[in-house]
Amino acid sequence: MSERMLTMSEALREAMAIAMEERPEVFILGEDIGIYGGAFGVTGDLYHRFGSERVRDTPISELGIVGAAVGAALSGMRPIVEIQFSDFTAQAMDQIVNQAAKIHFMVGGGLHVPLVLRAAAGSGTGAAAQHSQSLEGWFANVPGLKVVIPSSPYEAKGLLLSAIDDPNPVIFMEHKLLYKIPGREAVPEGAYRIPLGVSRVLREGQDLTVVATGIMVSRAMAAADQLEKEGVFLTVIDPRTISPLDMGPIYASIEKTGRLMVVQEAPEHGGFLNEVIAKVATGPALGYLLAPVVRLAGMNIPIPYAPQLEKAAVPQVEDIVSRAREVVANWR
Amino acid sequence: MTTAVLKTGDPLASQENARYALLTMSRIRKLEEAVEDLFGRGMMHGTMHLSIGQEATATGVCMALEVSDQITSTHRGHGHCVAKGADLTSMIAELLGKESGYCHGRGGSMHIADVATGNLGANGIVGGGIPIAIGAALASKMLNRGTVAVSFFGDGAMNEGAFHEAANLAAIWKLPVILVCENNGYGMSSSTDLAFAINTLAERGLGYGIPGFTVDGNDVAAVYEATRIAVARAKAGEGPTLLEFVTYRWKGHSRSDKNLYRTKEEIDEWKKKDPILFFEHLVRDKNLLSDVEIAEVHAEATAQVIHAVNEAMKGVPADPAGLLAAVFKDLDSKEVSS
Ligand SMILES: Cc1ncc(C[n+]2csc(CCOP(=O)(O)OP(=O)(O)O)c2C)c(N)n1
Ligand SMILES: [Mg+2]
Repeated sequence: MSERMLTMSEALREAMAIAMEERPEVFILGEDIGIYGGAFGVTGDLYHRFGSERVRDTPISELGIVGAAVGAALSGMRPIVEIQFSDFTAQAMDQIVNQAAKIHFMVGGGLHVPLVLRAAAGSGTGAAAQHSQSLEGWFANVPGLKVVIPSSPYEAKGLLLSAIDDPNPVIFMEHKLLYKIPGREAVPEGAYRIPLGVSRVLREGQDLTVVATGIMVSRAMAAADQLEKEGVFLTVIDPRTISPLDMGPIYASIEKTGRLMVVQEAPEHGGFLNEVIAKVATGPALGYLLAPVVRLAGMNIPIPYAPQLEKAAVPQVEDIVSRAREVVANWR
Repeated sequence: MTTAVLKTGDPLASQENARYALLTMSRIRKLEEAVEDLFGRGMMHGTMHLSIGQEATATGVCMALEVSDQITSTHRGHGHCVAKGADLTSMIAELLGKESGYCHGRGGSMHIADVATGNLGANGIVGGGIPIAIGAALASKMLNRGTVAVSFFGDGAMNEGAFHEAANLAAIWKLPVILVCENNGYGMSSSTDLAFAINTLAERGLGYGIPGFTVDGNDVAAVYEATRIAVARAKAGEGPTLLEFVTYRWKGHSRSDKNLYRTKEEIDEWKKKDPILFFEHLVRDKNLLSDVEIAEVHAEATAQVIHAVNEAMKGVPADPAGLLAAVFKDLDSKEVSS
């Protein structure tokens, strides 16, 4: 086995190349994914390797692109749509929410939509309010969509291959700050698949269970490293897919730690993490909680531009450290 | 003094107008060169979309407008903002994330709006401003304001559903709106040849019953004249006009652009059609401005931009403390937006 450290862009590109080699019906469509190589460089050289039919540049027409992908998916193809910034899924919302998500159910099972929609999400690049949102919660609230949030290059490759295999529409939210940084883990060559709907326990510690998604996973891991030196030990769990959501490892961990903290970048109000908390409040692990649940999320504001404002708007490593330290110290 | 008072009129009608047109184009270019420099030195956050090479479009359009006329702008909006009369210091302060910036550091380059000069805002969403301009024109009509609304957008935006729905509304309601397409040949990397199956983008108006015209977007006087006619139609209740101004962006789409989709020769070819140089030739030929006067205009623009950068730098950084309170406008405020 190789010990390759890839960036998330490279890992995603590799997954798409493997899928296109495996299946002739897989193709990619999106804005500037051809010669330009994608707004974030994810498709890179795929245009040169697979040609303009299968790496299909489109005009700036998100609704049309996603709709065309839905129609192609209904008719034997497996499209991967790239939306440059997840904010522009808003343009395509009818096709995602009213069409793709519901067709299989509405028509009684005779049709299905094997479609993957990849989009760059999250803040941290100074692109401001219309280019920085974390909208995963919107999609998690629509039955019929699966929602994946890779937290590292290794996860991204294995999850994307599973998403492409899946016979249902899958929304794949890629945090743009993760694209260029190598992960903590090697990325195997060749195909491997990480099943959708299986949470991963990244580290185990007895004091606090931290459930985090996307970029917050690496921030939680960094916080855990720091706190370990102070003798505070965190368990970090990455659900990897928020629809479907695998609560089993979260319940099991709470039984051991008695404390829960949930971290997301999206605004707190109406955010997805509230679903995790609701499940804990109504599920088998409630009786094990020794402390109130800690909820750490983005402020309830649009993402601002200036770096100091942008940083203040979403949880940082220091926030996770201080809130974790506090809950462990105060609830013995 | 960095605020220009919007002047209306033909750039070639008088020495004063010629001076104003040249100064405006020069201010746009110098401002954007300064922006590029500040980015390059890591003093600005985010990304930037420069309109260098396209200055005649913003300038010519806005010279046909009154201060009270409204515009909606785009991600490539510095030129529109300056041409409509914005304050350079407040613009740069915004880009530097200062409290004194137009958006108090919350919006950045893609979200500058200037209520005082009728600028309803740049936009991070391609096509996002087009329906908004239609709404502004509707309000003008319903309130008998007698103003027009101009929507600036790129060639790429014409393939968004927003353009099509907005164009139809403007036509059926005969709204005082002007759809200004700055056709710079590319939407990011996709050329108009690949993104359209028609010859001119102005043809798109026909399907909606909107007259469309294709005009040299690097000729500020031609831009002015086309816009003047469209404004007159709008104010006479004859409805919308679609103006396609053919131009070119010299710089990459944004900071991350490697220009893989076009050739250096093509870029150089267009640099020969520099809208500023073109206008200088014209005003020299017509004896409106001498070489010395032309040089003075550029020096003035440079001085204004340097002054604006220096002033903007003095501002305090935007403060996170005010963020939560900034989301909603207070219910009890007596202020009425204009
Ligand atoms: C809805 C939407 N889709 C895509 C983008 C990404 N994007 C920003 S500018 C741009 C190109 C726009 O081209 P055009 O309208 O011709 O304007 P230009 O950049 O040439 O001025 C793209 C694809 C966006 N901001 N919004
Ligand atoms: Mg363009």
